[in-house]
Amino acid sequence: MNVAADRSSLLEVEDLRVRFARPGGDLVAVDGVGFRIESGEVFGLVGESGCGKTVTCRSLIRLFGGSAPSAIDGRVRFAGRDLGALSAREWSALRGSEISMIFQDPMTSLNPTMRVGAQIAEGLQRHRALTAQQARAAAIEMLGAVGVPAAERRHHEYPHAFSGGMRQRVLIAIALACRPKLLIADEPTTALDVTVQDQILKLILKLRSDLGMSVLLVTHDIGVVAQTCDRVAVMYAGKIVESGKTAQVVGRPAHPYTRALLAALPAHTRRGVKLRPIDGEPPNLAQPPAGCRFHPRCGFAVEACRAIVPPPVEVEPGHRSACLRTQEIG
Amino acid sequence: MSAAVPTRAPEAIADRGAPMLSAHGLGKRFEIASGAGMPLRRGPRRHVQALRDVSIELHRGETLGIVGESGCGKSTLARCLSGLDAPDAGEIRWQGRPMAAESSALERARRVQMVFQDPYASLNPRMTLAQALDEALLVHGLAATRAERAERVDELLLTVGLAPRLKHLLPHALSGGQRQRISIARALAVGPQVLIADEPVSALDASIQAQIINLLEELRERLQIAFVFISHDLNVVRHISDRIAVMYFGQVVESADTDALFAQPAHPYTRALLAAIPQTDPARRSLVPALAGELPDPTAPPRGCSFSTRCPWVVEACRAQEPALLGHAPRHAVRCSNAEARVGGSPGPIATSEGEDRVPTR
Repeated sequence: MNVAADRSSLLEVEDLRVRFARPGGDLVAVDGVGFRIESGEVFGLVGESGCGKTVTCRSLIRLFGGSAPSAIDGRVRFAGRDLGALSAREWSALRGSEISMIFQDPMTSLNPTMRVGAQIAEGLQRHRALTAQQARAAAIEMLGAVGVPAAERRHHEYPHAFSGGMRQRVLIAIALACRPKLLIADEPTTALDVTVQDQILKLILKLRSDLGMSVLLVTHDIGVVAQTCDRVAVMYAGKIVESGKTAQVVGRPAHPYTRALLAALPAHTRRGVKLRPIDGEPPNLAQPPAGCRFHPRCGFAVEACRAIVPPPVEVEPGHRSACLRTQEIG
Repeated sequence: MSAAVPTRAPEAIADRGAPMLSAHGLGKRFEIASGAGMPLRRGPRRHVQALRDVSIELHRGETLGIVGESGCGKSTLARCLSGLDAPDAGEIRWQGRPMAAESSALERARRVQMVFQDPYASLNPRMTLAQALDEALLVHGLAATRAERAERVDELLLTVGLAPRLKHLLPHALSGGQRQRISIARALAVGPQVLIADEPVSALDASIQAQIINLLEELRERLQIAFVFISHDLNVVRHISDRIAVMYFGQVVESADTDALFAQPAHPYTRALLAAIPQTDPARRSLVPALAGELPDPTAPPRGCSFSTRCPWVVEACRAQEPALLGHAPRHAVRCSNAEARVGGSPGPIATSEGEDRVPTR
């Protein structure tokens, strides 16, 4: 789903395509994804396991851990710069400074042998050229800002002494210490309990207002999107199938996949009434189905859906759905 | 994808004789090995009281939901009920009689079976589906000949909605939803009367989750099995349960019929838990966290009510004496010395105006 370049957008992604080499044939995990994020906006990327949401956000900052893709195509512009043209040196100056990322598992993302205060100060010293003393003071202030009580004392402790929720707060403090313009949060609350998730999401929203940053929030949970995001894109099998304002996509879903996903939630079904699951399973991306990728599971599919890849169609201003039958099933 | 047809009438659960499975005042304490985590530090041995005075009842054909967050003791309770752990205090009864005294481990396993969260971890990766099911039948001597067992294996696969032709596959060749179906088939192999499911759908995507929940509800109807359904996901528990027990810090703090619990939650923790569920309606947003603070240190529990460290309605008396789980309305029990006074007042969400800047306290 491509969006015409808009000068004011902080992040513009156009026709992103990410390919992984596999023995049985290449796997295209992200296939022609495009979106933009405005300054100060919380943008959600929602979808189920394997839909390509995590690969999308990792492609934006080129951090893949163990399995790097064989090719990343498309255009990513951040604050007016083309990220495809950056050198390795420019990347390390950008990451952690202007774009930061937090991950699902707060324990494996923290260094267990380093005091948490030092982990926050590290980025400040590298990117902001603060002295050790200044960085330490800034780290303590940041810990306090993310709601870690007794920050003056606790910055001296190691990650094991923190609970899951407090560790995620520490990670947020590390990510935000350099006041990034964009925070990429990949399932930041999935490993947390519901009341802790609630605390962390509201903390992210508060810091967004305080610091004026943008947030790309990746999640599988439509409830989290509804409570947190300004706009949202729904991904299925490597493509964006629907995008728009949260109230549009969650409140008046247009694409059959979004509708089915919402209808499958137990919260939307009275007790004693059967849930409505989506039949079948998502496709294997090494051999995606022809035409619309959702057609094998779609209750509205017609012959044309098997042949034609549906382009995004505007349903109402700002709300697009990639479905051939958008008008008919309205 | 059937139409909205109710799967069970409310009167189906109205019959309440002696409970099929019940727990009375269960306690379970774990010792934290000195050395774990801190090999250089030697100190007095520390204990975690995982269960404190937990009593529950499960009637025939009923589904009891147990909700609570990490460390509340819900999985320990499941393990005690199924006989995988022995409680230190209290008693588990089967149809009114003490379970431990009169039945062997095998007998117990034929009555009560468990399904776990991660089907990949609970299936042997080197056994085909047929072998995994065959083993359960063999151990319990439930089918005399190989041919009988093979027939029963096919039948079990069909019961959980899997094609018998899949039986020669290994678990890695299956999707997450299919693996959870096999875990359920293995639990059903011995013909249990109670199935304890510990977070059975938490690892699954929403569209697959609904398939498994429907399967469990169908099995409950068809086989008249009673369920203990443990989950942190209140929407799922609300959908499937007849009654719900809410646990916090090793205790049941509230128990009630599902509709009553959601309509009139009486314990402050239950209210916070309900308010923290992310609603799919973007119009119902709040910027105030439903609950501040963290769980107390389990090795140094607070005096008095265990929720007193985080309760917005705490009064001095709460810190002095631990409240008992008392009847509050018919079939509705609450462990809060203040519940009566408050319920008449405001049943609204816990969030208060000062919440915005409230810094969690430890």
